[in-house]
Amino acid sequence: MSAVTVFGLSAAAAVGLGLYGLITNTQPLRKIIAFNLLGSGVFLLFGIIGRRGAAAGFGNDPVPQALVITGIVVAFSATALAIALLLQLYQTAGSTTLQSGAQRTGSRADPAGD
Amino acid sequence: MSIATVFEIVLAAVVLGLALWTIAVRETYSATVGFVAYGLLVSLIWVRLDAVDVALTEAAIGGGLGGVVLLGAAARLRATETTTAESRMVRLGAAILSAATAAALAVAILLLPDPAPTLAPAAVANASATSLANPVTNVLMAFRGMDTMLEKVVLLLAIVGVWSLASDQAWGGRPGPRHEADPNGVLAFLARLLPPAGIVIGIYILWTGADHPGGAFQGGAVLASMWLLVIMAGLADTPAASSRPLRLVLIAGPGLFLLVGLGGLCFGSAFLAYPIAFAKPLILGVEIAMLLTIAATLALLLAGAPERSMQR
Amino acid sequence: MLPPIPALATTAGGFLLVLSIVLPVAGVLLAFAFGDRYVRLVASAILPLGLAIVAAILLALPQSDGHLVYLLGAWPPPLGVALRADGLSAVMLAATAIVITAVAIYATPDFRPAAAAARAPAAFWILLLAVWGALNTIFVGGDLFTLYVALELLTFAAVPLVSLDGRSETLQAALRYLLFALLGSALYLAGTALLFGLYGTLDIVLLSHRVGAQPATLIAAALMTTGLLAKTALFPLHLWLPPAHAGAPAAASAILSGLVVKGSLFIAIRLWFNVMPGLPGFAAAQLLGALGAAAIIFGSVVALRQERLKLLIAYSTLAQIGYLFLMFPLAFDVSGELESGNALGGGLLQAISHATAKAAMFMAVGSIYAGLGHDHITGLNGVARAQPLNILTFALGGIALMGVPPSGASLAKELLLQAATETEQWWWAVVLQAGGMLTAAYVVLVLAHALAPSNKPIARNGPVPRIRDLAALALALCSLLLGLMPWVSYLPVPQGAVSNPFGIDALSKLLLPVLGGAASAILLSPWPHPLASSTTLKRLVRMIAPLRRVCLSLGSLVEAADDVLRQWPAASMSLLLVALLLGALMFMGA
Repeated sequence: MSAVTVFGLSAAAAVGLGLYGLITNTQPLRKIIAFNLLGSGVFLLFGIIGRRGAAAGFGNDPVPQALVITGIVVAFSATALAIALLLQLYQTAGSTTLQSGAQRTGSRADPAGD
Repeated sequence: MSIATVFEIVLAAVVLGLALWTIAVRETYSATVGFVAYGLLVSLIWVRLDAVDVALTEAAIGGGLGGVVLLGAAARLRATETTTAESRMVRLGAAILSAATAAALAVAILLLPDPAPTLAPAAVANASATSLANPVTNVLMAFRGMDTMLEKVVLLLAIVGVWSLASDQAWGGRPGPRHEADPNGVLAFLARLLPPAGIVIGIYILWTGADHPGGAFQGGAVLASMWLLVIMAGLADTPAASSRPLRLVLIAGPGLFLLVGLGGLCFGSAFLAYPIAFAKPLILGVEIAMLLTIAATLALLLAGAPERSMQR
Repeated sequence: MLPPIPALATTAGGFLLVLSIVLPVAGVLLAFAFGDRYVRLVASAILPLGLAIVAAILLALPQSDGHLVYLLGAWPPPLGVALRADGLSAVMLAATAIVITAVAIYATPDFRPAAAAARAPAAFWILLLAVWGALNTIFVGGDLFTLYVALELLTFAAVPLVSLDGRSETLQAALRYLLFALLGSALYLAGTALLFGLYGTLDIVLLSHRVGAQPATLIAAALMTTGLLAKTALFPLHLWLPPAHAGAPAAASAILSGLVVKGSLFIAIRLWFNVMPGLPGFAAAQLLGALGAAAIIFGSVVALRQERLKLLIAYSTLAQIGYLFLMFPLAFDVSGELESGNALGGGLLQAISHATAKAAMFMAVGSIYAGLGHDHITGLNGVARAQPLNILTFALGGIALMGVPPSGASLAKELLLQAATETEQWWWAVVLQAGGMLTAAYVVLVLAHALAPSNKPIARNGPVPRIRDLAALALALCSLLLGLMPWVSYLPVPQGAVSNPFGIDALSKLLLPVLGGAASAILLSPWPHPLASSTTLKRLVRMIAPLRRVCLSLGSLVEAADDVLRQWPAASMSLLLVALLLGALMFMGA
C-alpha cells in the first residue's frame, strides 16, 4: 500500500464524487463546487503519475507538476467566469435555475396540422 | 505498514470524507466551507507526493482564492437556497454511473506500467540551458513555454468574459461594490498590518522560484490576496476597467513573453528559445511581468464584473 | 493509411505555424490594451495578415513534402512541444480564416464601437480574435496538453459570445454551455494524464509510435473521446447547443456553429487517426456512427418542428454534426483495420462545407431578422421579394449543404459513399442518403415560406448595409463551389475526384434529396403553409392527411424525447453512459 496507490485511489474517488455532484446537485453553485472537486481529482491523478516518475534526484517528475499548475490556474479562471455568469443571471432573472422555463424551445406544435 | 503509510491513509480518508460531505451537505454555504478545507488538505497530499510547487499553487489558488470566490458567491446567493433535490431514480443512476467511471479510472491507475516512464532525467539533462535549478520552473518557462503563454491568454480571456457581463452603462467602470469596513475593526487592522509583509512574501516566492519551489503563479496569488484584503477593508477601491495603466499591466505578462519569444524567432534559434548567456535574466524578467499580471488578473477575476460606471 | 509524419526536426516554413498562432494572440493583447475605440481597427489590421499567413502555409505545404514541423524553443519532444501541420491542418486553417473574414465583414456595421454602447462591440472583436487564435492552435498543435489549453481558450472565447446581449435566457444558455464544456475538458484531461503515465509523452507522433492496446490506454481513449463529444454536442450530449446558438447574435452564431464545434471534432480526429490509429476498434466506431445517425434523425425532425428560424438552423447544426461523425465508422473495414483515405477526406470536406455554408445561413437569417424584426417561419411570406439577397444566400447555403454538385458536400458524400462500399457497410450509405434528404427538408421548408407571396407589405426595419449581405452571399457561393478546389494536394482524396456539376448523374443527385426533402417537410412540419390553402393542392393535402397525422405524432414523440434528453441530469448521465459504452466496445474490439 504505497503512497501512490493510496492517493491514486483517492484521486479516482474524488473524480467519482465530483461527477456525482455535477449530475445530482440542482443548484449551479453546487455544480461549480463539484466541478472543482472533479478537477482536483484529475490533478491528483497527474500527481501520482509524477510520483511514479520520480528519478534523477527529484521526488516527482517535473513535467506533470507543470501541467497541474497550469491546470489549477485554468480551473480557477473557469470557476470565476462561471460564478460571474451565475451572479449576473441571478441579478437579471431573480433565480439561478439552469432549467429554462421554455425548455421546450418555443415550438408549440399543433399535431392536427392543417 | 510504516507510520508514513498510516498517515497517508488517514489523510486520504479525511480528504475523501470532506469531499463526500461537500457534495452531500444541505446548505451551500457549508459545502463551500467544506471545499476550502478540502483544498487545504489536498495541498498536504501534494507535499506528501513531493510536489511542493503544486502544493503552494493548490493552497494559494485552488483552495485559497478559489475558496474566496465560492464563499463570496454563496453569500450573495443565500436567497436561492432550495431544498429540491433530484429524484431517487436520478440519484441512483448517477451514483452507479459515477462509481463505474471512478472504478474504471482506478483500474487504469492500478494497471500503470512498472517501471514508470518519466521525463525527469531529460529535464535535468537540459537544465543547463537556463541555469535555473527548479525543474518545474524550467518546464513552465522554457521547455513548455508555449503552454504557459497560452494559459496567460486564457486568463485574459476570462477577464474579458467577466467584464462583458457588465451592463452597458457600467462597462469600463469599477468592478464590485464599494466596500466599507469599520476603520477601527479587525478587517481594517489586518488590511494595514498584513499587506507589507504579504508583498515581501509574494516577491520572495517569485524570486526563490528560480532555484527552489515557488514561482510567478504562487507569488502572484499572494499579491492578489493582499490587494483584495485592502479592497475589502475599504482602504482602496477597485480600479476602473477602462483604465489604461490597468490594461497594460494585464497584458504585460503574456505580452513580454510573446516579445521574448518573437525575439528568439527573429534573432535566436527558435520561437521561445533563450540564448544561453541571457537565459536567467530573460526568464526572470518575463516572470516579473507575469507576477504583476497574475496578481492583477486573479484579483480582478474575484472582484467580478464592473458595476459602477465611470463618470465621464 | 496516412503517411507517417516526420517528427522531430523543424522544417523550412515551419515558422509560419508559429505566426498563425502568434498573430491572433497578439491581436487580442493589442485590442485589449488599446481600448474600446481601436478594437475594430486592430481586428481589421490582423485579418489580412492572417489570411496571408494561411495562404503562405498552403503554398509551403506541398513543397515541404506535405508536412510542416516546428519545435518550440528548439526543444524536441518528449520534453518540448512541437507544432505540426499536414494537409488536414492546412485546409482547416484556410476554412477558418475565410469564415472569420466573412463574419468580420458582416459584423462590421453591427459592432461599431459607439460611446454609449461600447461593451458588446469591444468584447465581440476581442473574442473573435481569441476564437481564431485558439482554433489555429488546435489545428497545428502537436501535443495533447497544448491542445487542452487551446480547447479551454476556445471555450472561454465562445461562452461570452453566447451571452453577449445580456438577456437572462442567453446567460442561462452560456452558463449551461460553460459547465458542460468544463465537464468535457475534465474527462479529456483525465485521459491525457493516463496516457502520460503509460507512455511518458504527450506528443502526438511519439505517442503513435509507443501506443499499444493496453486496458489503461483504452480507458483513456474512451474518456478523451467522450469529453470531446460533449464539447462537439454530439447526440445525446447536445443539451447546450440549441439555446446557445439560437440566442447569440447572428455573427456570433455563425462562428459558434461554423467553427467552434469543429475544434473539438478536429482533436477527436487527431486522436483516432493519429495518436492511436485504429486502436479504438470497429465496434466503438460503430457506436460513434450510431450516435451520429441518431443526431441526424433527432436534429432534423426537431428542426422541422421549430417555429423560429434561428432555432431551426441551430437544430440543423445538430444534425450536421451527427453527419460528420459518420466518417469514423467508415474509416474501418470489417476486419477492423483503419482504412482512412476516403472517409477522412470526405469527413474533412464535409466539415469545411458545413463551416462555410452554415455560417452563411446564420448570417442570412440574422439579416432577415434585422429586416423583419422577427424570425417566425410562418411570418416569412414575401421575404423573397423584400430581401432577395438574403434569401438567395440562404438558398445557396442550403443547396450546398444538401449535396448538390459542385458543392463540397456533394464531393464529400461521394467519398463517404465510396468508403461505405469499400468497407461493405451499406447501412451507413442509407444514413448518408437520409441525411442529405433531411437537410433538404428544412431548406425547402424555409424557402417555400419565403417564396410564398404575402398579402401585407413587408416593412423594412432600419437601414440596410449592403456589405453585410454581400459578405454572406460570397461565403455561400464559396461553399457551393468547394467541390472544384484542388483537394488532392491536401486531403487523401483520389486523383481526379472533382464534383461534376453537369450531366444526368448531377441531376439525379439534385432531384432525389429535393423531392425527398419536400416530402419530409410536408409530412413533418406542423406549421400551416400558405400554399396548402390553394385549391389545387387541397386535394393532395387531404389525401395524405392521415399519413401526415401519423408522422406528426411521431415527430412530437421525438421532440418530447429530445426535451427529456436536454435536461441536465439526463444529459450528464448519458455522458457517463457513452463513456462506459465506448470503453466496453473498445475492449471488445481489442
